[in-house]
Amino acid sequence: MHFHSLFQNFGELTVTGLAQGAIYALFALGYTMVYGVLRLINFAHSEVFMVGTFAAVLTWGLFGLDQDSATPSVGAVLLLLLAGFLAAALAAGIMALIVEMVAYRPLRRRNAPPLVFLITAIGASTVISEAVGIGTHRNVSSVPPLIRPSTVVQIGNTSVTNIQILIVGLALVMMVVLDLFIGKTRLGRGVRAVAQDPDSAALMGVNKNRVISLVFLTGGLMAGIAAVMYLLKIGGTRYDAGFHLGIKAFTAAVLGGIGNLRGALLGGLALGLAENYGSGLFGTQWRDVVAFVLLVVILLFRPTGILGESMGRARA
Amino acid sequence: MIDQKTAMPRRTWRNRNGNGSPFRGRWARLPRSARWASLLGVALLAYLLPYVGSIPGIGPQIVTEGIDWPSALFNISYFVLLALGLNVVVGYAGLLDLGYVGFFAVGAYSVALFTSPDSILNTGWSWLAAVPVAIALTLVSGVILGWPTLRLRGDYLAIVTLGFAEIIRNTANGAEFMRGDRGFGGIPHPPGSLGDNSPIFGVRDATPYYWLGLTIIVVVIIGVRNLEHSRVGRSWLAIREDQEAAEMMGVRTVKYKLWAFAIGAAIGGFGGVMFAGEQGFLNSATFQLLFSILVLAGVVMGGSGNIPGAILGGALVSYVPDRLRGVEIAGTDAFQFRMLIFGFMIIVVMVFRPQGLLPSRRRAAELADRAKEATA
Repeated sequence: MHFHSLFQNFGELTVTGLAQGAIYALFALGYTMVYGVLRLINFAHSEVFMVGTFAAVLTWGLFGLDQDSATPSVGAVLLLLLAGFLAAALAAGIMALIVEMVAYRPLRRRNAPPLVFLITAIGASTVISEAVGIGTHRNVSSVPPLIRPSTVVQIGNTSVTNIQILIVGLALVMMVVLDLFIGKTRLGRGVRAVAQDPDSAALMGVNKNRVISLVFLTGGLMAGIAAVMYLLKIGGTRYDAGFHLGIKAFTAAVLGGIGNLRGALLGGLALGLAENYGSGLFGTQWRDVVAFVLLVVILLFRPTGILGESMGRARA
Repeated sequence: MIDQKTAMPRRTWRNRNGNGSPFRGRWARLPRSARWASLLGVALLAYLLPYVGSIPGIGPQIVTEGIDWPSALFNISYFVLLALGLNVVVGYAGLLDLGYVGFFAVGAYSVALFTSPDSILNTGWSWLAAVPVAIALTLVSGVILGWPTLRLRGDYLAIVTLGFAEIIRNTANGAEFMRGDRGFGGIPHPPGSLGDNSPIFGVRDATPYYWLGLTIIVVVIIGVRNLEHSRVGRSWLAIREDQEAAEMMGVRTVKYKLWAFAIGAAIGGFGGVMFAGEQGFLNSATFQLLFSILVLAGVVMGGSGNIPGAILGGALVSYVPDRLRGVEIAGTDAFQFRMLIFGFMIIVVMVFRPQGLLPSRRRAAELADRAKEATA
């Protein structure tokens, strides 16, 4: 127990925890939306994220940037970031659609039990990650230094860097946009209808397959954005980068209440904070243990997560 | 069909519904003694598998190239054992366990802690003495994990079990007495020696370990099969098909789920015990999450809820990647493509045969029902 170090670094741990949590939250959206609509664990979502990271690295590579380049000028950085986010989101979204078409749609037609979906998703996940692994010779791909971490705000002994502000701010914006999309638009109403009762929704003229594709696409887009955030924070990616992070993101989704968009945000941030405080208190090797113990404890007292499940019933 | 009807009228509905193969009907009509004799024959053939390479023609096609054949067989044997254990949890009771490797690790680490000279317990037991303790500890760990969590619904259980496996792995990594990736060395092999005082279970040849694994598998199959046809097995089935209905009929669901969990855990622990005894060394890198996912894929691919299916699936997930080692495909070593090919195999099998390769009769019927309800 290092209470001293926990209190001394409390601010620092909070800020980094929030940044990590924001990535979990965006990543978790894909799990939570697919679960909300189909009641399935989309195991291949972690690879969707991983494809997003590589899409961004490739895009920056196309602009002639690699890890050794100098930091470009401010205008160029903004353009490059935009290109990176777009490419990652598009690639991840398309990957998610492909996964849905290849691994899920044929089974949905036969109404296969959920376990079978999980296994095909595992197969799809293996194929994607191995294909990328073989293509990249299982090496780490590093990111050009687009943003030099620099302290923007200083509160007491806590410094907040520009990257952390970007990550948390963008994640919040994306969450609000998605929340509005699901809550206010016509397409979002379709998603909520299918989540509530797929058969009745189909009778009311909602195109179920289109809604499901839309859900996968949006989940993929969010994962792509999370992927670029991850790159900015970590500085590199590898073919197996998604796996462990995916487990954490899924944990975050369950923690907040799977199937619930706001739950994903809350769960992500809570998980990021908890594991940072935990590693401050017990040492970094206990980070994951703290995260999973927290999950078990919360599920014991609130069996459907902090905010409860259901995309349909709650307004989100 | 007609003579089947007269001979075995109770079984014909399955054939008429297309749920059972003709083979099944014929098999069921055989006298009990003939069925046992043929099973004995199959078991005997399994014991002879280490020598399959000397069969001219097909033999060399079967044996692995990049890894010696007895070792590959040993790998198959503990994968099959784990698949049988997971089949109890997933196939019979319908509980989705994504962290089965956790129990495997508990079994293996228990042996390491009691026997290895590196352990702080410093007991230095023999392998055999540690076996019952390790199995008991795994059983207890199954109950400890299951008791609070089995009240959770299916998918929540999945993530909690996954978390459990990660907790075990991280504890092995982080706790001082678990020695992290330095690991435990000098774990003794199973006892026994040949006439000339050389040990049966040596380090050079994995064949005896395979035979040991096979023997344990046979014992486990007999046990599991009897359980399946007992009150416990029927309760599992009821829970799997409709938990609420089972509860209303007086099945104590939590109790029987706990049973399934504990039995599955103990079998997984047995796998770990065997593994530790063969390897002689283990560290925290041994127990990756991918491992439980592979075993689960094996169970579902083989046909969950069916013992032959679990055996086939467990054997496939171990054999296919091992067989691809050291094979040349288009001029390059297939080793690096092995998981890619394996992933494709999973997708193809599940899309075209969602009930699994060798499904249980009841599971196949459930699936046919579901397919009729399909609306999409």
